[in-house]
Amino acid sequence: MFSNFDFGEIWRALPFLFLDGMRFTLTLTFLATAGGILLGTVLALLRLSGGRAVSAIVAGYVNLMRSLPLLLVIFWFYFLVPYVGQWVMGAPRPIKVGGFTSALLTFTLFEAAYFSEIIRGGIQSIPNGQAAAAAALGLTHAQTMRYVILPQVFRTMLPVLLTQTIVLFQDTSLVYVLSLDDFLGVASKIAQRDGRLVELYLFAALVYFAISFCASQAARRLQSRVAIVR
Amino acid sequence: MNYHWNWGIFLEPSPEGNGTYGQMLLSGLWMTLQVSVLAWTLALCAGSCVGVVRSLPSAWARRLSDVWIEPLRNIPLLVQLFLWYFVLPELIPETWGDWLKQLPNAPFYNAVVGVGLFMSARVAVQVATGLAALPRGQMAAGLALGLTPGQTYRYVLLPMAFRVVLPPLTSELINTIKNTSVALTIGLAELTARARAVQEFSFQVFEAFAAATLGYLAINLLATLAMRLIERQARLPGYGKA
Amino acid sequence: MSDIVISLDRVNKWYNPTFQVLKDCSLDVRKGEVVVVCGPSGSGKSTLIKCVNALEPFQSGEIAVDGVRLREKGVDLPKLRARVGMVFQNFELFPHLSVLENLDLAQLKVLGRSKDEARAKSEALLRRVDLAAHAAKYPGQLSGGQQQRVAIARALAMDPVAMLFDEPTSALDPEMVSEVLDAMVELAREGMTMMVVTHEMGFARKVAHRVVFMDRGEIVVDAEKEEFFAANGNERARVFLSKILGH
Repeated sequence: MFSNFDFGEIWRALPFLFLDGMRFTLTLTFLATAGGILLGTVLALLRLSGGRAVSAIVAGYVNLMRSLPLLLVIFWFYFLVPYVGQWVMGAPRPIKVGGFTSALLTFTLFEAAYFSEIIRGGIQSIPNGQAAAAAALGLTHAQTMRYVILPQVFRTMLPVLLTQTIVLFQDTSLVYVLSLDDFLGVASKIAQRDGRLVELYLFAALVYFAISFCASQAARRLQSRVAIVR
Repeated sequence: MNYHWNWGIFLEPSPEGNGTYGQMLLSGLWMTLQVSVLAWTLALCAGSCVGVVRSLPSAWARRLSDVWIEPLRNIPLLVQLFLWYFVLPELIPETWGDWLKQLPNAPFYNAVVGVGLFMSARVAVQVATGLAALPRGQMAAGLALGLTPGQTYRYVLLPMAFRVVLPPLTSELINTIKNTSVALTIGLAELTARARAVQEFSFQVFEAFAAATLGYLAINLLATLAMRLIERQARLPGYGKA
Repeated sequence: MSDIVISLDRVNKWYNPTFQVLKDCSLDVRKGEVVVVCGPSGSGKSTLIKCVNALEPFQSGEIAVDGVRLREKGVDLPKLRARVGMVFQNFELFPHLSVLENLDLAQLKVLGRSKDEARAKSEALLRRVDLAAHAAKYPGQLSGGQQQRVAIARALAMDPVAMLFDEPTSALDPEMVSEVLDAMVELAREGMTMMVVTHEMGFARKVAHRVVFMDRGEIVVDAEKEEFFAANGNERARVFLSKILGH
């Protein structure tokens, strides 16, 4: 069944796959993770300590994002962002937004909803005594969050954040629908150009598996270390 | 924003010739529902079996369950669907492969199997977690009454394990529904795909996506309510108070 | 001897090559006999009783229940276990089944009784342990003492040839101990063959025929009740007794 499996095809495709495709995928993953965690933290704090209206709006946003398929959200933002940009900049017509920018915005805003739930759970899992102790020392609410609560949250939630990042890494493959040159996109383009779907999709699966599997093993090890510290 | 809103678009006839744009979206909604239900059924059945294997005391059984779970968890769903749809028919004997390729509704079956198996790995982990959360003595009590290990799982352990993991299973059901949208890449005419088609034919992007958004919210609500009902039915008087 | 219901012959069990939990344990329980097994925690008494219905494997020696040898090839363990009732420290009622269903389950699935037959048996047994009014409730709605009485009834529903009790009162609040012990005393007086792991020496004095004392995996004393409680018994047993009777 592998009689006409062409390893040379993969060999020749390697530069495009990794120097173009994987670089795109990893850049998108890291930037969206950083942005997602940052925005997610802000959302979590707003939801927990903002006024009633603010926390209701944040909850609505988070729940909406979490109940929609990522693909639909990708399409939404792909078409919406040019109009929002036009409105923000006061431009005469919808602005042009590159595929990468659109994808980065989408993933950041989408994943922020998931990250905010993780961080909110983390904040709520810190015993009340910690905030009380900080307040007793004269720290303000913001200082308590900044210096006492959040450092503990990020420490204990690190494995979960990493797991979510692995999910994000796999989800970036969905930019395929925008015909962008991420890892899968490049693999798919070469596959179709050369009629070598079996080789390239199997290889793509193998690479995604290797990276995700190693990362999730690391998350697991991290989890057991965090568990001991607590 | 100089976007020309036209909410009447749903009542206009679609260029496909058989109905309105609204009906196009409804057909997508119906497809999403069908694939979701079948994929979820497959995920529950396969996931429960693998979850039981994972809960067995032998290290080999756990490794066996890992062989099932890890590939399904660590390869993007989109890539998995490509493997089932494009790669599998080429790897099996030619006559079977040809049969697969000529199957009517191939995207439909591929979506059910692909999404179903993808979700089965998550269900398996949940079921195994639920089984591990039960007191160890429950197994012993079942065996001591003369039940076989199989009967003990069937009548004693699984009914409790499912109760324990009902809330996470609800979110896995929602994930199943959301994940069916990925099958638009292999040509499944589900809700997101139909919304995209409406947009391409009519250029009314935001009306189409808004309708799809409402469609997903409605299905999710339905799924959540159904699971709540099951949770209420399955609630045990006095349980969990201690 | 034909009237031996449970016989243990030089049973040895290791958890790993270096840790031996049971050392050459031999013991016979005759029909109608009540044998109390006591000893400090970690002495192996719970492990011993769990070996009797093969809930714990053992590496050498032999156990026979009602003439059936456990380590024989092709032994039907479910069938054998169905003939021995067991009561656990933590009751282990099935929380998703009502009290009545807890009693019915194994009658239907193991003994193949009809629904009516099982129901009649279950209801009769619940009346016997004075819990007929709670038949439709779920285990979570009962007190610990009531749950343990249901567990006893559940085991009796299988018409066992012998009953095993693994510390049946040690998870109970003190005020509930007596209701469970009373049910056990009644059972003993009706002539049930019983092997009981417990620290309740009052129970032992009242109904036991023999008392077995275990320490560090060995059966140190196996004596008639009167002999066991006599002042001139085994040194380790005396120390143990004075400790648990002391408070």
